[in-house]
Amino acid sequence: MTESSALPAEPTTAPLLSADDVGRVVDRIAHQLIEKAGPDLGSLVLVGIPTRGAPLARRLAGRIETFSGVRVDVGTVDITLYRDDLRLRGVRALEDTRLPEAGIDGRLVVLVDDVLFSGRSVRAALDALRDLGRPRAVQLAVLVDRGHRELPIRADYVGKNVPTSRSQSVKVRLAEVDGADSVTVTS
Amino acid sequence: MVVKRHLLEAADLDRDDATLVLDTAAQIESALAGREVKKLPTLRGRTVVNLFYEDSTRTRISFELAAKRLSADVINFSAKGSSVSKGESLKDTALTLEAMGSDAIVVRHGASGAPHRLAQWVQGSVVNAGDGTHEHPTQALLDAYTIRQRLGRLDGVRVVIVGDVLHSRVARSNVWLLATLGAEVTLVAPPTLLPVGVGSWPVTVGYDLDAVLPKADVVMMLRVQAERMNASFFPSAREYSRRYGLDARRMGTLPDEAIVMHPGPMNRGMEIAAEVADSARSTIVDQVGNGVSVRMAVLYLLLGGAPGSE
Repeated sequence: MTESSALPAEPTTAPLLSADDVGRVVDRIAHQLIEKAGPDLGSLVLVGIPTRGAPLARRLAGRIETFSGVRVDVGTVDITLYRDDLRLRGVRALEDTRLPEAGIDGRLVVLVDDVLFSGRSVRAALDALRDLGRPRAVQLAVLVDRGHRELPIRADYVGKNVPTSRSQSVKVRLAEVDGADSVTVTS
Repeated sequence: MVVKRHLLEAADLDRDDATLVLDTAAQIESALAGREVKKLPTLRGRTVVNLFYEDSTRTRISFELAAKRLSADVINFSAKGSSVSKGESLKDTALTLEAMGSDAIVVRHGASGAPHRLAQWVQGSVVNAGDGTHEHPTQALLDAYTIRQRLGRLDGVRVVIVGDVLHSRVARSNVWLLATLGAEVTLVAPPTLLPVGVGSWPVTVGYDLDAVLPKADVVMMLRVQAERMNASFFPSAREYSRRYGLDARRMGTLPDEAIVMHPGPMNRGMEIAAEVADSARSTIVDQVGNGVSVRMAVLYLLLGGAPGSE
């Protein structure tokens, strides 16, 4: 029994959002997007940041169509080649970059990601967007904002604000990628 | 690439490595498609040296463009007009370039194995852009990429490589890479233009082009390398062309979906007829375009991560 005290503490995982919660949060962000975009809704483009921002963007588009009848364009932008931590973390496989046929010039682009943490992914996505066109405005929607920003970036639409410590990790699972929806925090 | 530091030969690549390069190239191509700014910031601050001891048009320009599109700084070095003509050795040249801060050396050399030696001397990455009659791995990667793009697969694809296999580093690299990726490779050449030891390669060897064409998915024509021909390997150009050249009649015997490839530069009228080279089956122009994407993928995978990591 004395040995166990020398071992590091078992990581504990606590649920943050259930599958139903995730659904409700997505619905709420969709409503907010419709309300805030107003007559601009037709020019909206939802651009997901892979991996999980991409299915999230598609879901939001689906909900927006259900609630408002407007079909909004969806795209994805892989930010790997724009990351500032490649040298620290090493290279990784790339994911899809796909923009709607009509492009993003002059349109309202909403970046979609699962977790907002340091803000570095969003910075990389902004750099990527700059090479892809010139949107009229860029906004940010995230499922979870866990704080600890390292750059002056904030989200326009937040599913859930979660105060965390830096050492904790927030894990978003989505049915399209992981088989089921959930958000958990491990410390 | 469970990341290696160098790309020296196609034979070094396992199926996962090779597939990662091809997938990465495809993602880069789709990420850049239709963009006004065809540039990515990934290798900002890195320096790539093109060290070319042999003439090259497309490979050097392709590597240069690939490095520039990833925002690396590029230095082109050709042996002509450099200290090499004063007698400087490969090693001293490489160490000099590295002392000036190069992170990667893309090398083409007339001696087989030169890139391997170079890799032992320098700290940075070495990419083989063709060494003697040994290998030309990025050509094989772009060929595999082109086949996959056109036919949608590599597994089980029947590839016929025709011509001067003896002197062809393109053929060697393709044999290894395509076999690794599951293609079935047949070599067709005059017996004098097949290397000793071809029996141990993962290929079928034939001498009759007409017999294999009706079952081929891909025909890859090799250039007759007059500059390396220091003996009479075949009676005459006309004789070679008649037996091993791809003309319109022969192309007509290919299955409907089959494609015709050539690594370039072509000898039109010799190994490939002009009407074949310009036909809809020909992927020759695609190969050049794909070369840039594939070389971007290679440079990204070798240089994108932490310096000196393996």
